Amino acid sequence: MIELRDVHKSFGKIEVLKGISARVEKSEVVCIVGPSGSGKSTILRCINGLESYDAGDILVEGSRVDSHAASIVAIRTRVSMVFQRFNLFPHRTALENVAEGPIYVKNEPRAEALDRGRALLAKVGLAEKADAYPAQLSGGQQQRVAIARALAMQPKAILFDEPTSALDPELVGDVLSVMRKLADDGMTMVVVTHEMGFARDVADRVLFIDGGVIVEQGAARSLLNQPQHARTQDFLRRVLHPL
Amino acid sequence: MEKFLRDAAEFVPILLQGVGLTIVVTIGSLILSTILGLIWALMRVSGVRVVSGLSAGLINVIRGIPIIVLLFYLYFVMPDFGVTMTALQASILGLGIAYSAYQAENFRAGIEAIDKGQIEAAQTIGMGWWLTMRRVVLPQAVGIVLPPYGNIMIMLLKDSSQASTITVAELALQGKLIASSTFKNTSVFTLVALMYLAMSIPLILLVRHFEKKAGHR
Repeated sequence: MIELRDVHKSFGKIEVLKGISARVEKSEVVCIVGPSGSGKSTILRCINGLESYDAGDILVEGSRVDSHAASIVAIRTRVSMVFQRFNLFPHRTALENVAEGPIYVKNEPRAEALDRGRALLAKVGLAEKADAYPAQLSGGQQQRVAIARALAMQPKAILFDEPTSALDPELVGDVLSVMRKLADDGMTMVVVTHEMGFARDVADRVLFIDGGVIVEQGAARSLLNQPQHARTQDFLRRVLHPL
Repeated sequence: MEKFLRDAAEFVPILLQGVGLTIVVTIGSLILSTILGLIWALMRVSGVRVVSGLSAGLINVIRGIPIIVLLFYLYFVMPDFGVTMTALQASILGLGIAYSAYQAENFRAGIEAIDKGQIEAAQTIGMGWWLTMRRVVLPQAVGIVLPPYGNIMIMLLKDSSQASTITVAELALQGKLIASSTFKNTSVFTLVALMYLAMSIPLILLVRHFEKKAGHR
């Protein structure tokens, strides 16, 4: 479904991705973990064409991602993204946020898109907040609206860029449970996260990234329980037992 | 005072004709400068280097030329190239072009103040550049842009008096004509000043309203 072949990316003189190769199969949930600044978010942003990459190939269902080509729009409607800071449109209600893409990008009939938007808000547990503006919602609620907005495009895959990192701890659970529900429904998901519990329980596979390379990858449970590489062990120890 | 009131009764009807033209020039050039300014601003943030460079150059040229010279050019020079227009047309065009530079810089500041994450969110739901502008960026930029826009309106109202230099008989020129034929300079120019002030005050209140609204965000 998504394939990266030897992807390189530099910001100025700093090479942040030093040859990333990975595959994400249909209905698979892949978590990307690693220290900050390791290039995790950059991988997601390259898949979605928000950043261009310098060398290698990224393929989404066989078509090559090129952030400068017209084809990028079609790829983005197949691969949605959820951001750390939600990025909801503040001048539109929750429902309008969700229906925006279907109405204006996919040219769906307005009434239909709004009905579907309401159903999606219900799915993320926010049926009663349809008419609220983002500023009237908690962070967890905003992120769930953002997930509904991504779902409204009926994507083949969703990329999550640290979706719970900007949330108060007590709100994290609501968002994670919505994501777990999506995974159970068979959605293809690539999740950059620091939530090791979520990675262990929900992900099929985990990639551990450090310094722009994939240090270790494997089935979620085994990688997180018995990491092979010293850097993975060190990272997990610090994340799981910060004191 | 009594003398002033008597002069006022005599001159106000004539001056009001000038007020009419002042309003026409102001509104005409406001609309033109808004449209042109928006075009320059969108070119400037287009991300295409040639287009944004062209816009930046254009803005600097316009900014660097005094309005009065621009008006002379349109009204006195363009006929040599076969382009003739009425004084009113030339003044609206000249002020519209001159103010488009300020409008453009204001619009650009408003557009660039919008969080990058908003643009990325729009892109990830498949919006192209224009749709992102129309549905996401510009609606949010309006609130930021309005208070300075109000100030531009006030400046434009006052600068419409420069149309008098190319024979548009707006308020300032009407005043000058009456004054030079009656020698009642004090009465006439006091009336002219009061009339400009009367037109500015609603605009000043409008700016204050915009600022209050922007502050609530």
